[in-house]
Amino acid sequence: MSTGTTKLDVVVSDVVPVNHLVTRFHFRRRDGGLLPTFSGGAHVVVEMRDSDRTRLNPYSLMGSPLDTREYTISVRRDDVGRGGSLFMHRQVKPGLEMVISYPVNLFSLDLRAKKHLMLAGGIGITPFMAQTSQLAGAGGNFELHYTCRTASLGTYADVLRQRYGNRVRLYHDDREERIDLDRLLSSQPLGTHLYVCGPAGMINWVRDRAAALGWPSETVHFEHFAAPQPGAPFDVTLALSGKTIRVGEQQSLLEAMEAAGVDPPYLCRGGVCGQCETNVISSDGKFIHNDHWLSEEDHRSGCKIMPCVSRFEGKSLVLER
Amino acid sequence: MAAKTIISRPIYGTLSPQPGKHHLFIADAEGALAITDMAGKAPPGFFDGAEIDFIPGSEGKHIAALEALKPAQLHIAPSFASLLPRLKQTLANAHMGLRLYLAGTEGLIGQAMQAALEAGMDHTSIQTEHRGSLARRMQCVHCKGITENVTTQPALCSHCGLLLLVRDHYSRRLAAFQGVCINAEDRSEIPPMEEAFP
Repeated sequence: MSTGTTKLDVVVSDVVPVNHLVTRFHFRRRDGGLLPTFSGGAHVVVEMRDSDRTRLNPYSLMGSPLDTREYTISVRRDDVGRGGSLFMHRQVKPGLEMVISYPVNLFSLDLRAKKHLMLAGGIGITPFMAQTSQLAGAGGNFELHYTCRTASLGTYADVLRQRYGNRVRLYHDDREERIDLDRLLSSQPLGTHLYVCGPAGMINWVRDRAAALGWPSETVHFEHFAAPQPGAPFDVTLALSGKTIRVGEQQSLLEAMEAAGVDPPYLCRGGVCGQCETNVISSDGKFIHNDHWLSEEDHRSGCKIMPCVSRFEGKSLVLER
Repeated sequence: MAAKTIISRPIYGTLSPQPGKHHLFIADAEGALAITDMAGKAPPGFFDGAEIDFIPGSEGKHIAALEALKPAQLHIAPSFASLLPRLKQTLANAHMGLRLYLAGTEGLIGQAMQAALEAGMDHTSIQTEHRGSLARRMQCVHCKGITENVTTQPALCSHCGLLLLVRDHYSRRLAAFQGVCINAEDRSEIPPMEEAFP
């Protein structure tokens, strides 16, 4: 059995529109029991059975880790994405039986920290909903800085302000409010850990400034919300299973392997955790590496690929799995 | 550099300049040379934002070499114990972006790191370089007394007088190696005492 893919049978207990882009989904166990314990920052992979294809998308758990009667996720609708969020928004209704993975945490709090400084952009707020609940319950010291495009798209900003008051600072793009990042980072007491979740541009900006200002990389935690990029279809031969498969335009290599009955390990499906790393046996063509896991050297070597997000263009590709 | 034996045995590196504006160096004796060696690799102006706290020891060497680096502050201390209140104060008032560099004996590195860990720093983010004596700071596991500058194997506990095997088992919390009675079964058995940590 693949790591992290132990399944939970759940039923959708509620679907709540939050604003014109974001909808919240509540899941309960079908047998009525408690769900597994999780920690703030954890995600689950939701299986979406959409006629003949199955989509598997990771979403952060946003409920309180102190309450495991239900799991809640928030999904931002992406009209030009690969269809997962549209499926959630259009097809998922209360009462629907679904399958989700056990929670996995690739963005956990470092509880040795004296203080937790959190930076969220847009829908990147979701893991912080759970992390702030966890810390508030334990009397932890945290501060959350949240940037959103407009007040109406400040998903849960009102809830957070109500719960935590001045520990939450809001920045609205349409009012040209911007985090004074250098000042913020330079004024944190020793022993602070930094957490950032949002668009790739924001994550890169924060990581770069933190490094330049002397923050050790061990104290900077981030979570990408990366989805597999579409691209030209390509053929792959899988040496161990002896299969030759086609990866469609809107399909990831990992999804194509799964559709062909291969069961590769995975955790994040976003190119950061390293679980699905696969050896390349031979290739004639060009890799399009979209992951954040392999080193530059690995990318150049052409010997490894992360099938959850990376693609290939060329004549032939043989992978080990 | 000491060989790796068991997992808790600290491993030291070579000081290298880190990005950031504020740099704090703690060194004793030959540790000063790790700082002057590193200075060759540091970008211009690096020591403008640096404080060096130095414990030269009885011979008083290397002070001039550190002065020549023109750090923002150079503080000379007679012992680690006398330096500790200043170090704690500096760490308590520090902000993220302060980088810590420890160089010299294991006892110095371990105790300065202990203060830094208490202040919330992560041991993996602290630069260390071992120079000079291999003498160890040892805790007697029986009476819990700490004996400084242990150079022999076995070693006498300066508190309870037991003859101790100095283990590689290291406590980061105590900044000390563990000493365990070597002749607990038969006190009349006294193995020869050899210099092991010169």
